[in-house]
Amino acid sequence: MSERPLLSARGLTKYYGERLGCWDVTFDLHEGEVLAVVGESGSGKSTLLGLLATELAPSAGAVHYRMRDGVVRDLSELTEAERRLLLRTDWGFVRQDAREGLRMGVSAGGNVGERLMAVGARHYGNIRAAASDWLARVEIEAGRIDDTPKSFSGGMRQRLQIARNLVTHPRLVFMDEPTSGLDVSVQARLLDLIRGLVAELGLAVIIVTHDLAVARLLSHRIMVMRRGRVIETGLTDQVLDDPREAYTQLLVSSVLAA
Amino acid sequence: MSAAMRDDLPSPGATAGKETDAYNFAYLDEQTKRMIRRAILKAIAIPGYQVPFASREMPMPYGWGTGGVQVTAAVLGPEDVLKVIDQGSDDTTNAVSIRRFFAKTAGVETTTKTRAATVIQTRHRIPEEPLRDGQILVYQVPIPEPLRFLEPRETETRKLHALADYGLMHVKLYEDIARHGHIATTYAYPVEVAGRYVMDPSPTPKFDNPKMDMCAALQLFGAGREKRIYAVPPHTRVRSLDFEDHPFRIQTFKQPCALCGAEGVYLDEVVLDDRGGRMFVCSDTDFCEERRAAGHQGMMVDPGASDPSPEGEGGSRRKARDGWGEARHAARAGKRAAPSDGLRPPPPPYGGGSSDLPSDTAAEKREVVAKDKAGETR
Repeated sequence: MSERPLLSARGLTKYYGERLGCWDVTFDLHEGEVLAVVGESGSGKSTLLGLLATELAPSAGAVHYRMRDGVVRDLSELTEAERRLLLRTDWGFVRQDAREGLRMGVSAGGNVGERLMAVGARHYGNIRAAASDWLARVEIEAGRIDDTPKSFSGGMRQRLQIARNLVTHPRLVFMDEPTSGLDVSVQARLLDLIRGLVAELGLAVIIVTHDLAVARLLSHRIMVMRRGRVIETGLTDQVLDDPREAYTQLLVSSVLAA
Repeated sequence: MSAAMRDDLPSPGATAGKETDAYNFAYLDEQTKRMIRRAILKAIAIPGYQVPFASREMPMPYGWGTGGVQVTAAVLGPEDVLKVIDQGSDDTTNAVSIRRFFAKTAGVETTTKTRAATVIQTRHRIPEEPLRDGQILVYQVPIPEPLRFLEPRETETRKLHALADYGLMHVKLYEDIARHGHIATTYAYPVEVAGRYVMDPSPTPKFDNPKMDMCAALQLFGAGREKRIYAVPPHTRVRSLDFEDHPFRIQTFKQPCALCGAEGVYLDEVVLDDRGGRMFVCSDTDFCEERRAAGHQGMMVDPGASDPSPEGEGGSRRKARDGWGEARHAARAGKRAAPSDGLRPPPPPYGGGSSDLPSDTAAEKREVVAKDKAGETR
């Protein structure tokens, strides 16, 4: 693990016209580190994730990322081609709604293989082998490789999204509420899977969630947001067990046995 | 073409063969032709790139070749000889009408011979005979965007083209193999032009894709409804997309053409009766007729029937059946006369009754039939 951070955000601010999205967010993320961003809805979590993943342009501030070749780049200065390449090779994005992150009309194998083909893989046998390998790793039966995600359950769709994102061995994965909308047992299984993969692959993850249990299970560090501002950061157990801010105390105490 | 591309053409109405002076030369006004020529020049300069143009209303419905007709009108000069084909055939409604349209509005000479034509407007086929320098092949294109059914947003497909981001195209081919075991796309098979843009070759069968590669003729594509023109300049690389372990392959046919015996050409199926009778004949009618004129014969041509060259091959293979010739003829005439919308021709009359041949030119041109009729009266 390198001393230099993988990703560093400095003074990230986003205004939607008059309205504040998020304000002056600064943090570093190192390789293999899992950072949870928690807060109630409307607190700017998703805006922050969008800024980091270059889906939104910041009103102020910058995000720097250390590329695979070791060069640190300002993400706002990437060309569109570079940005897309980064998004589909070194990054992953697991979305809350699987329909946004998957091609629903394309088979599971095609969904996993798409990134490979996009970066130039042109051998059907190899693409298919990689796809079935990844489907196995996310516990999707080999027999479902030619089925479309339309026929998949919610939990399966999320796992397929994860496979699709991890097939190019990214170093950083963004997750936007990956477990919400799933029932509790499926959630538990998915969290287990994510935790296993993160540990095994040494992924850095930025996970946005309103569920403190998810944050506790997955993350090393936690960032609490409220009204677009980061009000408390620290190690996950430290923040959850001994919250300093009144709002965080409220948040923690309002969860049933987190 | 050089004459056609100039702006100092003889003034409208100067052509001798024109039926009427009511229209400007080749229907469109000079400024419109100029605008289309600009788009064409840009398209030629960037092979495979879709150039938007201000497509005009034409006196025909969308889907009947409004794009192709505008491109043809823009490149046509008084000295040009025009051929129009529709699914390989010179005598279907669409082809006949467009040929007559230009004969009337431009007074240009028309032909059915590939060799004699300088401008060939086509729907869904490339002639079997290799094209030569100086010829222009104009395609009628319904949907110019190869990524359309994969990515519905026009803004996004433009971005994908700009970034040469064509992984999506391979996802489609991957899906084909996953579902069918092979690449099942048989027409509008995507190609990469000059190592850069991915292009939809219009709904030609993939059989014709290799003919586009390093073709000596200029290939122009016009999509009227979608308002796009694109081009493949002469002698340009056109590569069909594929996988390393599933290489591009064209269709093959088990038997040769039933009329002219040609092999390695694209064949149409013609249903002969409602008892499973069928024949496979050249889709390129001009090619087929020329071969037959040169004495080639397929399995279904009656050799005894006033054939000038009795030594023609396949004579002994002929399996005569009562009324076969009539049925075949009627089927073929029916097929050619109907707009080629994929409908089968009406069931032909079988049995050796007297023929009620449609008296269109298409039927009259088929001398084979006359021979057959003579044969049936034996």
